[in-house]
Amino acid sequence: MSEMISSPRERSPRLQRLHDFAVGFSTNRGAMIGLIVMVIFVVVAIFAPWIAPYPPAQQFRDAFLVPPAWQEGGRVAFLLGTDAVGRDMLSRLIHGTRYSLYVGSLVICIAMTGGVVIGMIAGYVGGWVDTLIMRVMDVILAFPSLLLALVLVAILGPGLTNAMIAIAIVLQPHFARLTRAAVMSEKGKEYVTAVRVGGAKPLRLMFLTILPNCLSPLVVQATLSFSTAILDAAALGFLGMGAQPPTPEWGTMLAEAREFILRAWWVVTFPGLAILVTVLSINLIGDGLRDTLDPKLRKG
Amino acid sequence: MIRFLLRKLLVIVPTFIGISIVAFGFVRILPGDPVMLMAGERGLTAERHAELLAQFGFDRPIWVQYLDFVARIFQGDIGSSLVTKKPVLQEFAVLFPATLELALCAILLAALIGIPLGVLAAAKRGSWFDQLSMGVALTGYSMPIFWWGLLLIIFFSGTLGWTPVSGRISLMYYFPDSTGFMLIDSLLSGQKGAFASALHHLILPSIVLATIPMAVLARQTRSAMLEVLSEDYVRTARAKGLNPWRVVSLHAFRNALIPIVTTLGLQIGGLLTGAILTETIFSWPGIGKWMVDSISRRDYPVVQGGLMMIAIIVMAVNLIVDMLYALINPRIRHR
Repeated sequence: MSEMISSPRERSPRLQRLHDFAVGFSTNRGAMIGLIVMVIFVVVAIFAPWIAPYPPAQQFRDAFLVPPAWQEGGRVAFLLGTDAVGRDMLSRLIHGTRYSLYVGSLVICIAMTGGVVIGMIAGYVGGWVDTLIMRVMDVILAFPSLLLALVLVAILGPGLTNAMIAIAIVLQPHFARLTRAAVMSEKGKEYVTAVRVGGAKPLRLMFLTILPNCLSPLVVQATLSFSTAILDAAALGFLGMGAQPPTPEWGTMLAEAREFILRAWWVVTFPGLAILVTVLSINLIGDGLRDTLDPKLRKG
Repeated sequence: MIRFLLRKLLVIVPTFIGISIVAFGFVRILPGDPVMLMAGERGLTAERHAELLAQFGFDRPIWVQYLDFVARIFQGDIGSSLVTKKPVLQEFAVLFPATLELALCAILLAALIGIPLGVLAAAKRGSWFDQLSMGVALTGYSMPIFWWGLLLIIFFSGTLGWTPVSGRISLMYYFPDSTGFMLIDSLLSGQKGAFASALHHLILPSIVLATIPMAVLARQTRSAMLEVLSEDYVRTARAKGLNPWRVVSLHAFRNALIPIVTTLGLQIGGLLTGAILTETIFSWPGIGKWMVDSISRRDYPVVQGGLMMIAIIVMAVNLIVDMLYALINPRIRHR
């Protein structure tokens, strides 16, 4: 009977590591708060059309710049008030969650895939290929990121898709550098040599043998880049180079609200607050991941 | 040290070439050729078009044009604005001090608040002060600064009426530009109230631009201090019965300075990114706003030249930081 139940000590090393990680992460209070907020945002994003009281572009001609419900002149129908053309703030904010999370995830997918492949090639092949690739990355990093993204959008044309491409290009060198460094330290290790001697092809070596062992720093970088992507996309929207009106993207909403800042605080305050809370919770998760995944910091 | 410097300079050469290719290529990637861009909406006849192409040398092979572009950079000619017709370098020189003044004030503010905050948080690790200040730092680090700027305007300019909304100085004052730094120029002018006005205009933009560097500095200072505080010599100093604050400020802080200085240097690139947003919000006449305006006006020579100048500045600052780093940490230069 007792042979049927395996004690925790006999778990496979991979499962044990996952267990350690889960325990470490869940004892980090900040990270858990961030995770909970993030889950709420994801749910809101998925069910936005059902949660939001009105469609994001619906205008109420009798309700321009109505203050939030709790303020004098506010209406219960518009909890967070309306904007200058009578659209419900709450509904637009709820729909905006979709854009931010979409931008963040897609940008990270593009930047990470590109960066990992480039960094892997640079680190694995070495020599002049490495030098050439890393110099190109240096050039990208020599420009302030937002400026380069702005210029790229100017070339590609304003819009959310182009803004995402631009941000992905700007964020990609960080992944390339990290992957390269990790690959260079891993590739001389014995397990890699063993697999190579076993006859594995370079592609298999790179992506199946080495890559899984470089994942920790990449995961942390991905989380931090996720928040940067959301901030940059909002900044581009704010500068009129990202999502175009009437898209309920938070940065674009702020740009539209700018002229009313001294008259209607709510049209400015809420979209920014939404950006801040999203980015803050992602950064909390990122900090938590770094503390649990980085063995050097774990004991500290 | 000289060998270290030479090695660093050697790496810069390819980066500079890359930057010039990006700036040169940028205008070529755009749909239409440069002459069509200059002509704008007016349009051109086919002969006039060909004539202009030849006049500006756009009919030559692309690599000849590139070499010509680089040669002109070294002569200090990076093109002229399509809108104002002034040389880009001249416009840059006029606007750069405004950005520099703002950036210097911001980095000073960030260091004066961020570093002590980090040191105190590390010294009182786990206390409510540590948790509060690190919470504030993470919030600052996550801040969309373009929104933060608007909030400050709503509160300090709108509700309280303490600070102006935009610009560098009140229109009441006029004096010649001698240094380009409004704080210094207003003092030199000797006009009553001019300095106070310049300072008033500078406060909010500086706070906005300082927010992220301040947060990063506080976080990095704390972690650098924590690392040093766990060293044996700190324990020894404590065991000897030295005053705990003396241990923190003298023994530990001095050794935590290297990562802190590095962090400070790494903020410069981010500061320019921040300047783009800060200057746009406060209508601050610096290079950030200039770039944004030029991009939306499709003034491509300015974008091209400005891009080059900014990248060169970032590169130069990074080089200076590397040198400072090598000066305070001999291990770097002998590697």
